Amino acid sequence: MNTAIDKMSALSLAAAIRNGEIKVREACAYSIQKIREEDPKIHAFLTVSEEEAMKTAELVQARIDAGEVRSPLAGVPIAVKDNICTKDMRTTCASRILENFRPAYDADAVERLRAADLILIGKTNMDEFAMGSTTETSYFGATRNPAAPDHVPGGSSGGSCAAVAAGMVPLALGSDTGGSIRQPSAYCGVTGIKPTYGAVSRYGLIAYGSSLDQIGPVAGNVQDCAALLEILTGKDERDSTSVALSHTAFSASAQRGVEGMRIGLPEACFGEGLHPDIRESIYHAADLLRSAGAAVEPFKLDLVDYSIPAYYIIACAEASSNLERFDGVKYGYRSESYTDLQDMYCRTRSEGFGPEVRRRIMLGSFVLSSGYYDAYYLKALRVKARIREEFTRAFSEYDLILSPAAPDTAPLLGSSLKDPLKMYLSDIFTVSANLCGIPGISVPVGTDQRGLPIGMQILGDCFREEQIFSAAGTCERLLEAEGRAVG
Amino acid sequence: MTKEYETVIGLEIHVELATATKIFCGCSTAFGGSPNSHVCPVCSGMPGSLPVLNRKVVEFAMAVGLAANCEITPLCKFDRKNYFYPDNPQNYQISQLYAPICRNGSVTITDADGKEKIVRIHEIHMEEDAGKLVHDERAGLSYVDFNRSGVPLIEIVSEPDMRSAEEVISYLEHIRMIAQYVGASDCKLQEGSMRADINLSVREKGSPEFGTRTETKNLSSFRAITHMIENERARQIDLIEAGKPVIQETRHWNEDRETSYAMRSKENAQDYRYFPDPDLPPVRIGEELIERMRASLPELQPARSRRYQEEFGLPAYDAGILTSSKAMADLFEETVRCGANPKKASNWLMVETLRLMKEHSRDADELGFSAEHLAALIRMADEGRVNNQVAKEVFEQIFLSDVDPEAYVQEHGLASVSDTGALEEAVKAALAANPQVVQQYKEGKTKVLGFLVGQVMKATKGKANPGIVSKILAQEIDRTD
Amino acid sequence: MAQTITNETITYVAALAKLHLNEEDRETARDDMQKMLDYVDKLNDLDTNGIEPMSHVFPLCNVFREDCVTNGDECEAVLANAPQEEDDQFVVPITIE
Ligand SMILES: [Mg+2]
Ligand SMILES: [Zn+2]
Repeated sequence: MNTAIDKMSALSLAAAIRNGEIKVREACAYSIQKIREEDPKIHAFLTVSEEEAMKTAELVQARIDAGEVRSPLAGVPIAVKDNICTKDMRTTCASRILENFRPAYDADAVERLRAADLILIGKTNMDEFAMGSTTETSYFGATRNPAAPDHVPGGSSGGSCAAVAAGMVPLALGSDTGGSIRQPSAYCGVTGIKPTYGAVSRYGLIAYGSSLDQIGPVAGNVQDCAALLEILTGKDERDSTSVALSHTAFSASAQRGVEGMRIGLPEACFGEGLHPDIRESIYHAADLLRSAGAAVEPFKLDLVDYSIPAYYIIACAEASSNLERFDGVKYGYRSESYTDLQDMYCRTRSEGFGPEVRRRIMLGSFVLSSGYYDAYYLKALRVKARIREEFTRAFSEYDLILSPAAPDTAPLLGSSLKDPLKMYLSDIFTVSANLCGIPGISVPVGTDQRGLPIGMQILGDCFREEQIFSAAGTCERLLEAEGRAVG
Repeated sequence: MTKEYETVIGLEIHVELATATKIFCGCSTAFGGSPNSHVCPVCSGMPGSLPVLNRKVVEFAMAVGLAANCEITPLCKFDRKNYFYPDNPQNYQISQLYAPICRNGSVTITDADGKEKIVRIHEIHMEEDAGKLVHDERAGLSYVDFNRSGVPLIEIVSEPDMRSAEEVISYLEHIRMIAQYVGASDCKLQEGSMRADINLSVREKGSPEFGTRTETKNLSSFRAITHMIENERARQIDLIEAGKPVIQETRHWNEDRETSYAMRSKENAQDYRYFPDPDLPPVRIGEELIERMRASLPELQPARSRRYQEEFGLPAYDAGILTSSKAMADLFEETVRCGANPKKASNWLMVETLRLMKEHSRDADELGFSAEHLAALIRMADEGRVNNQVAKEVFEQIFLSDVDPEAYVQEHGLASVSDTGALEEAVKAALAANPQVVQQYKEGKTKVLGFLVGQVMKATKGKANPGIVSKILAQEIDRTD
Repeated sequence: MAQTITNETITYVAALAKLHLNEEDRETARDDMQKMLDYVDKLNDLDTNGIEPMSHVFPLCNVFREDCVTNGDECEAVLANAPQEEDDQFVVPITIE
């Protein structure tokens, strides 16, 4: 094991590979070895594709040796959340119903990774079908937080964030429907961004809430995160909601400052119920941004309290429909015993889906059912429209909005699922971005007294990823200068 | 039955569009093919796959809508219709409920008395077809093939404006004509590319209220539709007369047994939980596009019928029949273009072709012969190279297997004998054998010439040109005078 | 006050969602749904009169494919994960009664 790789950022690892200091094979072997050592404790991975990774490593090495470098991250190992389709590689959504599912195709995001010569090491654990905020609803068992193994890593991209936090891989892909990249990034002390809706193709992402889902990068630092997002974005003809961003110089932006930027702190996000250490850390980061020349001030952002109920109605409604295709006919689990077709459907789905998934399917089916559609589903879409208006108003005043990524640091394993509603409330700061389609990043800004990471969320208007990266990069640099950064 | 009843009928017609690919993926729509050979992640409902709308589907739907006098919805949207069935890989069908592409149209049909009548169209929407199920009752299994899954359909929903089976058939024929004329569909009933769901209720004549209606699904022949309507009307009247309620339900028609039965729906409550499909952005159709489409619509049946009357001097009746199917009208024009006299071309199509279509129960869009061959036959008849009888015989061969008439006539030795030398002998023989008839002719009974012509025809096995024969006969009699 | 969820509602919704619930599941499901509906009832505090329901966040429209065949025969790949398969078809318990 090449210990020089330890703590290397993805970009510096890629540079060392380009220089010939490190072989792609060594980088992969390092990740695989690290997974062998760490993952029995963490359980971030559901599948490790050792053989395929080592084979790809040789191909990539040959290209690099021939002087063909296909991206700034060529040769870097990466993990992919298990709801993103990988050709012939098990893709389970952490559900029994897809336990042995091997997709016939790669997701667009995975195609882009392969074209950029990143090395796919394996698939990461998650909440079943991305429904959850702790990675405890996985059929294959919970993932633990590398910073404190009796705590959850957050969710639903808990496996991806834990894998990066534990140094098993420098990069990972997550997906974010209501905060599923940003909240676990905060809990694990890594950097993760949910891009503008449509910026990364959803083709091959197994849908939860189609109007909210986005794939995004998880990384150990802001520069790596920016470099990976540059690879992932781009218009895809196979996803009708895919958009081409006009501002995609994320890496360059991450090195820029924030002078002259107007940044708002929504008062509603700093009220009661917020962990005091979190409040302190965010205010401190805000001060740093102010010192770097940004105008940072509190402002009134309305409707924050309506985002969670609107989100759950919309996400569950879409999920109830998206998950209808899991019926024991075409792929995945089919119940062992049944009397007829209807019984086969019902038993397959009841045995194949876990309790949280069933709960959301039930709620979603109810809010769409005849007589309730207007009162619940359409009402939620109207509230969404108002929330979007409120953010449009906010972005007419401010370039960026700062808030905590979550109201608390990572809870203890086993403490959240008893009260689903309480767990849902932990998404309070993140869901608005999904409802409005706007991008948001979570960057580590400190730890609480117990040493659990704290993440700050930076939201920008649609297509404003560059500004987000400038602020995130500035924060990171200034915190590092103070010797205060985590991870 | 003392009371008089009126049948009230509305139709939902599914028309399969003539696109090369499916509505949301690049799979072929070709008919046939081994099971699951035209499938991909999208049309087989693989996790993670997403739909992308085929532009042509929108264009065809608009064209049919405009031809059926519909308003085009400026911002039309797709919705998901959720129900579990194995022929539906996602267990939801992508369709349109809240903002269908066309609304408020109408077509003019002919009612039972031959009078014109307007049937209003409530809406036309775009949707995807389902796969095919084959059942093995002995094994208790069904087999699923997704080749048809995702084939584009438009569903044309009428208002309950029809009152009889005849009106329904006329309406279907008009819809088929429109779809064929704009090139949106071949509407082949036998391949199921046009199918109808029939909503039917009865009420006492004069009653302002509608009765309770039933919906009978998936009828795909005019015959079955006529039978089903008569049967369902009688069934509902019997119920009413017996004081029993008509139950609002979905029924299935069994054409072999000529009965319908209610489809049980215990486990399938009809609650489709429609909601806007988040995977598909709406389709915005601006005024200019609508006008451009309207202007580029091909000539439709009424216009073509009018043109045939003006340009070719055909009677309105003939023009109507020729244009009732686009295939027939195209064949007619092509025949004229090949040099045939329009009136003669029209006659061949209206008389012989229709007769043979009936005899061989073929639909107009199954006509397989070329215009060149019909035109050549007409030319040969004009030139007296075949007589009428032979021409009809040759035409049947053209109709059945598109033979080249020149070659066929030659091969079978059917050309008219107009070689006067050869004929004179036959004429002399006929005159010699029938002196009394010749006498009658000479006495002024010129009608008897026909008998003599017949004799000569018989002797030449029908190959003589009867015009020439009668001319030679008259000459010969005069000469021996 | 939110909609009261009865056992009948749960049975009906489970039938729509094709989920098999035993007595205990049904109880839990009813309580869970009741709690969620009581909570989301909060939305009714917000006046949304005259607000158009927003299903897509962007005013994106007219995203089309051209009508060209791009897919070949993917039969094998499509059937590769089938729980039951015969003669290139998916097999299910018979669908006619
Ligand atoms: Mg329909
Ligand atoms: Zn397909």
